Amino acid sequence: MTPLVSIDGLRVEFPAVGGTVVAVRHVDLEIRPGEVLCIVGESGSGKSVTSLALMQLTRFSGGQVAGGNLTFVCRDGEGLDLRAVDESRMRQIRGNEIGMVFQEPMAALNPAYTIGWQLAEGLMTHRGLSKREARERSLELLNRVRIPDPERRLKQYPHELSGGMCQRVVIAMALACEPRLLIADEPTTALDVTVQAEILALIDRLRRETGAAVLLITHDMAVVAQMADRVAVMHGGELVETGSVRQIILQPRHAYTRALLAAVPKIGEMARRSAPARMKIPGAEDRDGIDTPLHAGEQRILEVENLTKRFPVRGGLFGRTIANVHAVEDVTFHVQETETLAMVGESGSGKSTVGRCLLRLDDPDAGEIRFRGQDLVPLSRPAMRDRFRDLQMIFQDPYGSLNPQMCVLDQIAEPIRNYGLERGSALEDRVADLLDRVRMPRQFLRRYPSELSGGQRQRVAIARALAVNPGFIVADEAVSSLDVSIQAQVLNLMMDLQADLGLSYLFISHDMAVVERVAHRVAVMFRGRIVEIGRRSDIFEDPRHSYTRTLLAAVPTMDPADRISHRETDARVLHTPIHPSGYDPGPSRYEEVSPGHFLLQDSVQ
Amino acid sequence: MPADPSLSRVGIDVGVGLAESRQARFSVADYARAVVQDKITLLAVVFLVFLALFSVGAEILAPFPPTGLNLADRMLPPGAIGSKGAFYLLGTDELGRDLFSRLIYGARVSVSVGVLGAVVSCALGVTTGLTAGYFGGLYEDIIMRLVDGMLSLPSLLVALFVLFVLGGGYVNLILVFSVLHWMVFCRLSRGLALDARSATYVQAARTLGASRLRIVFRHILPNVMAPIIVLFTLEIAILILSEASLSFLGFGVQPPDPSWGLMIADGREHIRSAWWLVTFPGLAIFLTALSLNLVANWVRAVTDPVQRWRWLTGH
Repeated sequence: MTPLVSIDGLRVEFPAVGGTVVAVRHVDLEIRPGEVLCIVGESGSGKSVTSLALMQLTRFSGGQVAGGNLTFVCRDGEGLDLRAVDESRMRQIRGNEIGMVFQEPMAALNPAYTIGWQLAEGLMTHRGLSKREARERSLELLNRVRIPDPERRLKQYPHELSGGMCQRVVIAMALACEPRLLIADEPTTALDVTVQAEILALIDRLRRETGAAVLLITHDMAVVAQMADRVAVMHGGELVETGSVRQIILQPRHAYTRALLAAVPKIGEMARRSAPARMKIPGAEDRDGIDTPLHAGEQRILEVENLTKRFPVRGGLFGRTIANVHAVEDVTFHVQETETLAMVGESGSGKSTVGRCLLRLDDPDAGEIRFRGQDLVPLSRPAMRDRFRDLQMIFQDPYGSLNPQMCVLDQIAEPIRNYGLERGSALEDRVADLLDRVRMPRQFLRRYPSELSGGQRQRVAIARALAVNPGFIVADEAVSSLDVSIQAQVLNLMMDLQADLGLSYLFISHDMAVVERVAHRVAVMFRGRIVEIGRRSDIFEDPRHSYTRTLLAAVPTMDPADRISHRETDARVLHTPIHPSGYDPGPSRYEEVSPGHFLLQDSVQ
Repeated sequence: MPADPSLSRVGIDVGVGLAESRQARFSVADYARAVVQDKITLLAVVFLVFLALFSVGAEILAPFPPTGLNLADRMLPPGAIGSKGAFYLLGTDELGRDLFSRLIYGARVSVSVGVLGAVVSCALGVTTGLTAGYFGGLYEDIIMRLVDGMLSLPSLLVALFVLFVLGGGYVNLILVFSVLHWMVFCRLSRGLALDARSATYVQAARTLGASRLRIVFRHILPNVMAPIIVLFTLEIAILILSEASLSFLGFGVQPPDPSWGLMIADGREHIRSAWWLVTFPGLAIFLTALSLNLVANWVRAVTDPVQRWRWLTGH
């Protein structure tokens, strides 16, 4: 079979200070008609640049295809050298013969136009359909991507739809002209895990129906196992291994592929273990044999009771509060000394708001937060400032949480200076010690955040949080923006620090597989309430709440033979818990199904 | 030959990707190179450097004293040789004073009024604006309503009235400019602070025990400098023009001190017979304002994190 796309010796260069950066070199790839080729790699591996080069889109970000051949077989059977075609011919190919789906569905849609207008636009330019025909075809497409109530959606704007729904629209747009190749660049990375499963299943069905080939770019080995026919592994701008999905997942030959696979936490690995365990990183020496068992202490360091947080929705003539978003609704939990309580849930579940309330970054509307016996809710700002010496936070986005204008030394020294703990050379020694603790070389002291990678920045953020010797750290999605191999290292670091310093963590995360590794106990949040809380084994081996089960079932497995793609469903319409002001949804009532394992009585919702 | 991506490279996250390599710090030399490559900005910078040199070193660089009367050499055209063999590059005025020397001394007045006025109003506006934006509440309301009120005053009329009551002159001029121009800085800074307030690094700073003033001046201010510098540069140009207008109207710098606006006012009567008396001060004002605008535009471009690498790497 002749390949649809042949990439031969591709080399892409980007201008940089004092020369050029080679983003991709020596890449040879083929995409055959109707197959799913996954390019997998970590950030900076060149996987996205490869697909942009194929679409001749690198020039818009300053990049240049400096070598190699790109051949694409058009619908009429003609083999086109994509490097030689002019921009107007390329525009006909983009959208018409090659469809594209990007990572951020919200950013891919124009917020100023309705869904119907955006769908019709491509159909009218590429296919020359009349307005009426384009509308009919748009409806058909929305049906095809299984968006409920498509008539109404055509008149809606992107911000009125959820992220998953938007991604379905983007896929519908990409498929509008029946392309022969669909390029999907991290199509599910920005989405919740249950929505990810839906979207992957959708892409899989559409591929079977239309016969289009799919080039799927991802960093997630589980997605690869679920979707790919063939896999190309990229690292540092080069192709390290290609092969069938079974071969890559089950018998990886290259050391890098093996390392990448090993770094992925696999759900179910931790069955019948009581304590968290370090991530396995091949090649890196393990500290104490296989894992460091961490047993939780007896004393409660944090007790949260009936925590409630509502955000007002203002409207009307004078901006009165007309409704409230019930972000956190009657949440009760505790954390023991040297324990990790994981708080899991999808976006909008209120898990981050709980974390922010603990540090009073948001002020709770009701409830008590007792930290070492003292209620934090009534504390004034200066009194709260004192508590920050014991209660720290690591934020999700290591790119945003460091002040871009301060060097590493000043970043880590910030809390030490603010509390006047050390000065002069003692201060520098302390910072250097902290840098050692998070295993970063001391040469980094004078560097600025823009000169650090994501993992290094998160290490600096951890060092900074440790600077005041806190007992409790809220880690809000602390590793979710990191590459898997770096995620594994940072998680190990956090677990080692817990063992060495006796830290307690509130570990907020959406990633069930990571949570299974690090948590002693798990709380599952859904629409503002904890629906189930218990020891890790309770939640993972004996989930009782239907939402917990949905969440666990949606996690893709690493087994190419066990694909969840047949479980396709319609797009769900998510109800954000918004209620008119004055509405009282009632307290959360729990049933204790086993000692320490509580289940929300659903009648409340 | 592809490099072997060995396990050690997987193990240590020192790899800096494409995005990072673009955002790396730029040295002063990089900025200097970028200025040299951009011809128009280079001209503007060279002009401003000369202007600064002449303002500072007027006593050494000016060929004649600015108020030196010489009635024998009245109204000589540019390039004329005077009665005692003196060479007048740009001619003389109705009292026989050398126009070039007066322009140089005038530059000192105009430039220093512009720069000092901009410095004081910038300091005032940025302090109030950043604190208003970050603190919020009643304090913000009071500051911002004050800004609204002051912005709705006709500034030229207020300046005329105040200078009429207080009397003109150098110090009063700077004070009046500061009082009438801090609001622009205040509005801009408040917007920037509102934006920065929700930034993660500012929230992080709160949890690290930074005081409110420390957050405003140590964390927010350095990150919002770029638009403030652009506005500062533009404001110097506006103030130089305002100084010229006020002096022209007789409320600014008082004769016999030279100022560009005053020189135009004096030359106005002789515009038919001695065109140079109005043309050269006017040209000086125009070129100064133009250069400052060009430089402001360049600063805006090189401080934009998206555009910066294009300018600084010459692509």
